[in-house]
Amino acid sequence: MKYLNKTILEISNLIKSGEAKAADVVAESMSQIEKHNKKINAFVAPAEGALQKAEEIDKKIKLKTPIGILAGVPIGIKDMFCTRGIKTTACSKILNNFIPPYSATVVERIENADAVVMGKLNCDEFAMGSSNEHSIYGAVENPWKEKYVPGGSSGGSGAAVAARMVLGATGTDTGGSIRQPSSFCGIVGMKPTYGRVSRYGIVAFASSLDQAGPMATTVKDTALMLQAFAGFDERDSTTSSEKVPDWVNQISSHMKNITLGIPKEYYTDRLNPAIRKTVENAVQVLKSLGAKIVEISLPHTKYAIPVYYLTCASEASSNLARYDGIRFGLRNPSIDIDDLYKNTRGEGFGKEVKRRIMLGTFALSSGYYDAYFNKAAQVRRILLQDFKKVFAVCDAIVCPVTPGPPFKINERIEDPVTMYYNDIFTTSANLTGLPAMSVPGGFTPEGLPIGVQLIGDHFKEQTLFNIGQALEENLKLEKRIPDGF
Amino acid sequence: MISKETVEKIADLARLRLAAEEVTEFSKTLSAILEHFDELNEIGTKNIEPLTTPTAILSRTREDVAVSSGIDVLSNAPEKSGALFKVPPVV
Repeated sequence: MKYLNKTILEISNLIKSGEAKAADVVAESMSQIEKHNKKINAFVAPAEGALQKAEEIDKKIKLKTPIGILAGVPIGIKDMFCTRGIKTTACSKILNNFIPPYSATVVERIENADAVVMGKLNCDEFAMGSSNEHSIYGAVENPWKEKYVPGGSSGGSGAAVAARMVLGATGTDTGGSIRQPSSFCGIVGMKPTYGRVSRYGIVAFASSLDQAGPMATTVKDTALMLQAFAGFDERDSTTSSEKVPDWVNQISSHMKNITLGIPKEYYTDRLNPAIRKTVENAVQVLKSLGAKIVEISLPHTKYAIPVYYLTCASEASSNLARYDGIRFGLRNPSIDIDDLYKNTRGEGFGKEVKRRIMLGTFALSSGYYDAYFNKAAQVRRILLQDFKKVFAVCDAIVCPVTPGPPFKINERIEDPVTMYYNDIFTTSANLTGLPAMSVPGGFTPEGLPIGVQLIGDHFKEQTLFNIGQALEENLKLEKRIPDGF
Repeated sequence: MISKETVEKIADLARLRLAAEEVTEFSKTLSAILEHFDELNEIGTKNIEPLTTPTAILSRTREDVAVSSGIDVLSNAPEKSGALFKVPPVV
């Protein structure tokens, strides 16, 4: 590799100054995909005309036409984002033939920043899963170790960046789907504050929890990507009009005036020892740089899982009602309209998606609404109050991303309860709308990556980028690219 | 405990055709999931207002003016007739 072992910042600067050609960078990305995708299974649909787009960028630079901040950078798009003219399926049979007539705002803005979209990335069906095993395209393999999952639901995004097929990817995070695969794949991933990024054109899973974000190899690259696509969008009424700062140029790894909270409830017996050691080491490093460390309490932590799954399943059961075989997607031809709905949906949705539609329909149904959906919404407010109290005494929380390290493909797929409880440290940020990121922290004894999670107050992404940068500079993890890539 | 009958009723509400083995499986897994989730009852929530969206952004409204998206909404229709979506007889 000549280019893709560098960062987005380095590559875009080389391209802008004419020292590297976008066409050569994109050609290298295509050859990495060609070489590794058969095994990794990260890309599920190529984008036509990537090379042509790169040549146009080179021409623009030669003519000194103004150029975007991601000039010539190869980027992958999770299959949850609509891409005009490129098949978008959410990795579900029910959308198997869907060609969007428009692009998501995130995709539009990435293209306007002169990045080159290389294709669509594998994920769990409708982003429901944390292993990328629930996909019509099959499982994705973790580039760090054969037969291990890359995490999910943005598993294709994590694997494609880890394998340097692309330098950055988009992800969506409803309960940890950016942070957990970033942790499992040894890269950086940020779930921004709810409302920071437009959801227009993203396949809806749970609308009060869904948020799109960047996945890349460094903290600065992640910040740069987010700068390209964050900000108000009149087509999403929940986007914030809060100004998008110049995060990259304001990044400071100076930790002297920073107070970090360590939540005591996160350190239970169920926490894997290697993960505990990695997070404790990260805290020590930040302390040695001058950060003040305080113990904090998030007393309702264990309730985040039932609150999260009841909320996301309820919202999903409502959002996925649109897949009815009438306007787009799969249709199972039936003479009776009710049979048409039922047969189409029965045939088109996978098992985990059906399970969540069932759970959500149950939680919203007459007689159970108060005991389940409403109860969860009330406890959701208690969780938010816990976090707001904590941010009165600290700037950010440092904690694990997951209780356990990456596991083997097929190891847990039949056990939904265990699978759900693995999301214990990530779901709170979605329920409360807080920004959170995963940065590489170390490795398990088997050589699998472990991430460290940082959670901040609403719209304080800068604080997280700063702490992430301090870790990146001072942990000095030498191995950033897995063997064989 | 979610019985097979409850599963069938919920599947009907959700317009989902389930195979017999799916009904059995969902009866089992949904029961297990909800049994775990009953731990929410340990928390008192009297007088707590439900939180259904995480940030305090007020939903904006815009002028009620038609804007053309330029999008061909019929381009993905499984079946169409002229400028209309085609469905089986509903009356």
